[in-house]
Order: sequence, then C-alpha cells, then structure tokens
Amino acid sequence: MQIYLPIAEVAVNAFLLLGLGGLVGLLSGLFGVGGGFLMTPLLFFVGIPPAVAVATGANQIVASSFSAVLAHFRRKTVDLRMGGVLLAGGLVGAGAGVQVFAALKARGQVDLLVTLFYVVFLGTVGGLMFWESLRSMRRARNPGGTVRTRKRHNWIHALPLKMKFRTSGMYVSVIPPVLIGAGVGVLSAIMGVGGGFIMVPAMIYLLGMPTKVVIGTSLFQIIFVTAFATLMHAITTQSVDVVLAVLLILGGVIGAQIGSRMGTNLKAEQLRILLASLVLLVCGKLALDLLLEPSELYSVGVAE
Amino acid sequence: MMRAALALLVLWLGATQTLASERVVLGLSQDEVAITATFDGSSLLIFGAVSRDAPIPVDGRLEVVITVTGPTGALDVRRKERQFGIWVNADSVRLSQAPSFYAVASTAPLKDILSAVEDLRHRITLGQVVSTVGASQTVDDVENFTAALRRIRERAGLYQIAEGGVALDQQTLFRTSIELPSNLVEGTYQTRIFLLRNRTVVDMLTTGIPVRKVGMERWLYTTATTQPVLYGLMSLVIAIAAGWGASALFRLLQR
Repeated sequence: MQIYLPIAEVAVNAFLLLGLGGLVGLLSGLFGVGGGFLMTPLLFFVGIPPAVAVATGANQIVASSFSAVLAHFRRKTVDLRMGGVLLAGGLVGAGAGVQVFAALKARGQVDLLVTLFYVVFLGTVGGLMFWESLRSMRRARNPGGTVRTRKRHNWIHALPLKMKFRTSGMYVSVIPPVLIGAGVGVLSAIMGVGGGFIMVPAMIYLLGMPTKVVIGTSLFQIIFVTAFATLMHAITTQSVDVVLAVLLILGGVIGAQIGSRMGTNLKAEQLRILLASLVLLVCGKLALDLLLEPSELYSVGVAE
Repeated sequence: MMRAALALLVLWLGATQTLASERVVLGLSQDEVAITATFDGSSLLIFGAVSRDAPIPVDGRLEVVITVTGPTGALDVRRKERQFGIWVNADSVRLSQAPSFYAVASTAPLKDILSAVEDLRHRITLGQVVSTVGASQTVDDVENFTAALRRIRERAGLYQIAEGGVALDQQTLFRTSIELPSNLVEGTYQTRIFLLRNRTVVDMLTTGIPVRKVGMERWLYTTATTQPVLYGLMSLVIAIAAGWGASALFRLLQR
C-alpha cells in the first residue's frame, strides 16, 4: 500500500516504512541502543530526502525515548541535576547544528554534510565496538589476563566551576558535561540521532558516573534535545514529516517488543559483534557513495 | 463514458457548423487531480474534437499536439566533482524558469509537423521549455546542465515526450492519456491543445487543471508551512502519544 508523505512529497510503501521502524526497533530491543544512527541512513536508502529523514528521525527518537525515560524515573535512576547540565549544553549545540544544517541546505551541501558525519561516526563507533568485542571474546577464552581498573581521578577533576551531583555521588566541574551535551546536540541536529552511543561512553569513561544512572540521565537529555531539534527543524527547514514519523514509531514499538524477547536467547558478545558488523556495513555503503563515481553526476534542487 | 461524451461532441459539432475554420473542442477525464494519502500517480485522459464550418481542407494533414505544464519555478542544477578523493557538489547553474512537470504528446514526430518559428512562439518542445535563457553564466557548459535536468526528469516521469501518443480519428476526434507520477507539485497544470496544418498552428486552446493535496495531506502541509511552531509542537505530541500508546497497548496485551 503506497502512502503519500505530505512533507517529503514522495509516495512510499507504508509496510516498508513500518518494516523499517520494526527492524530498527528490533535492534534497539536486542542491543539496548536507540537506533537513530541506523534509521536515518536506512531512510536515505528508501528514497526519503535527507533533510526530511534527519528532521523526522529526531521526532521519532522523542517518542521511542519517552516511555523508556518514564521507567527510569520510576526506578529513580535519573540524575536530574547532571541531566540539566547536559541539557543546557545540548540545547546550545542543537541550535547551532540546525543553523549549520539550514545554511548548507540552501547551498546544496546538506547531503554531503550528513553523509560525512555518518561515515565518520559509524566508522569509528562500529570499529571500536568490533575491536572491543573481539578482545573480550578472546579474554573470555583465556581467563587470567590483565584486568585494567578505571581511573578514578584524571585531568577532568582539575577543572574549575565544580558542582555537587548528589544522585551520582560526584563533585566535578560543569565544563565537561556542558561540552559533551553540546557535542551531542550538534549530532542530533545534523544526524537526526539521539547521540546515546557517544554520550553514554563519555559519561562513564570521562566523567566517571556510576553506570546505573547513566542510561536514565542520558535518555533525559536526549528526549529534550531531540524535541528541541525537531521543533527547530520544523521552524527553519520545515522538513518534519509527521506521517512518516508515526509509521516509524508504530513499527518501532512492535519491533522493540520482539527484540527484547529475542535478546535473552543470545549471548552478549555475539550480539555486539552482530551490531558492530551492521553498523560497519551501513558505514561502508555510505562511504562507497562518496568514493565511487556516481552514475548520475548531476542533481536537481528547487532554488531557495 | 468517453464514447458517450465523444458522441455528444459530434452531435454538437453538427449543430454549430457556423464557426470559422477549424477549432478545438475539449474534454477532460477529470477537472481536478486530488493528492490524497494513498495517491500513487494518476492518469489524465485528454480528448476532444475539431469543429469545422467547411469540408475538411485537403492541403496537408491535420496534426494535433497536446502539452501539459506543471507549476514553473527556479531550479538549481548541480554537478558533482571529485574533490579530496570524494564526490561533492561543485558547479551549479540556476535556471530561472523550469516546469516541475511537462508532457508533450503529438500525432507525429514534432520535427515533422511543427516549424521552428511556431515552436519558438508557443514553446512546445522540451528544448524550448527548458531553455538556458536566463541561466546564471557561472560555467562554460550550461547546455550540459539543461540536458541533465531533462535526463533526470524524463527518468522520473516528470518530463514526457510521446510523439505519436495522440490518436486522431477521421481528422476530427483526438485523444491522449498522460501519466501523472506520484511526486507531483501542487498547482495549476496548464493544458494546451494545438491544431496544426502545414507545420503552422491553426488553432489553440488552453485550460488549467488544478492539482492539490486534499484532506489530511492538505491540512498537514499548510500547517507545516504557515504555522511551523504549532506544527512542530503537534508533531511532538503525536509522536509521544503514538509511542506511549502503542507500548501501553503491548503491556495490556501481555497481561
């Protein structure tokens, strides 16, 4: 069944979109990741204009994070103060990101910007994940290897403007969380992702936050930053397609339910290798589009 | 239904045999194209007849050319170039006037039935419609860019040439069918019918077919463009409600 998307102005098969949402939902249920970084490139591949894919991706993440963050609130695993600091940075970053996005859209370079960001980030994250899971699989096979302990004190603790974060039990400078938040804000505006895949490791390894509050706190930041990015995209580039978003969300909810049940039957290391391979595959496809000579060198855009 | 309409036309022609020379009388399968949520392209049937006040002239065959032109606006055509090892948009040409849709159908190859002067006057062939006149001269090879525009849009079904696509019966009844793709731009689609004899236009008729989004599609589109803040907030509320509602439903089902 073809459905005409009013903002993207293309007709796409509704079941294809539900399936895409379902696939990404399945992966997020399996691996516990948001999946925005797979959703946006998949939307490019089915022919949604990149500007619409990014803006609608941000909208879809708001929905998928909402019920998750509620669950974390019930378990009291959200550090509101840290979330607020991350959010302050995030709003600034997202605001700047949307401006850059709109400026490049007018010059016809937005596709390049988005693809480059994806190639760099998917390549880095996928590569690191692949390497990490290979190492831990090898370690699991011959135990007794060296186990590195996480450093408790590093240069971050020497920075000024310290603040007390009671829920996390930390006393650190607000500069690193603001910067992390801003960086993630830029990513969510340009890539249409939540940015959890960058923020969670940064919170654990850079800030040294306790793992139990990391997910809830990052979700808290993501929901407001992606909501802000959606609103900014709706105002400046008018590329949020709500019909597309609803189809992806419905597919996503169903997929996530199936995924979380399947996940319990698979080993964690195998899962991670699987996810890493998938991320690298999408990255490779996008990189090839940049590196190989395209079959059509010309493109047509409506003059702004 | 079309047959009945044609029969009526013929009857009517018999009654109005007082007009001068040959004139076009037009019928359309639809006087409006509505883009709904399930819009997947549409087929536009254009038919009509030639009315005459004298016997069919014998000097040269009668030929019919039908064009449909979508809303026209400025376009940027960009060309990729390898820079630092990757392919990026480099040169671009702005065409000040290019239609979003253009179809031309005729009874015979246009070069045989249409003189260059008439083409220039009425802008019938794609070469005239997508011209480099008014293009910004920042590159040396503007014609490559216009050729690319035609190639890309012909592949997408947005520019169509159907030479021989108009059927003409007994030099009086003509009809053609134009396929409208699903990615149509809203606006008025100008439909022109030309009657030609000896490569010269003897009569022409112009009419407009409105193409517009309707229902929910129309409402969403206008809200997004005229009240973006409201639309953005609404998108967020709808998204959260859909996500929350669906997962709540799932929890209910599991009990």
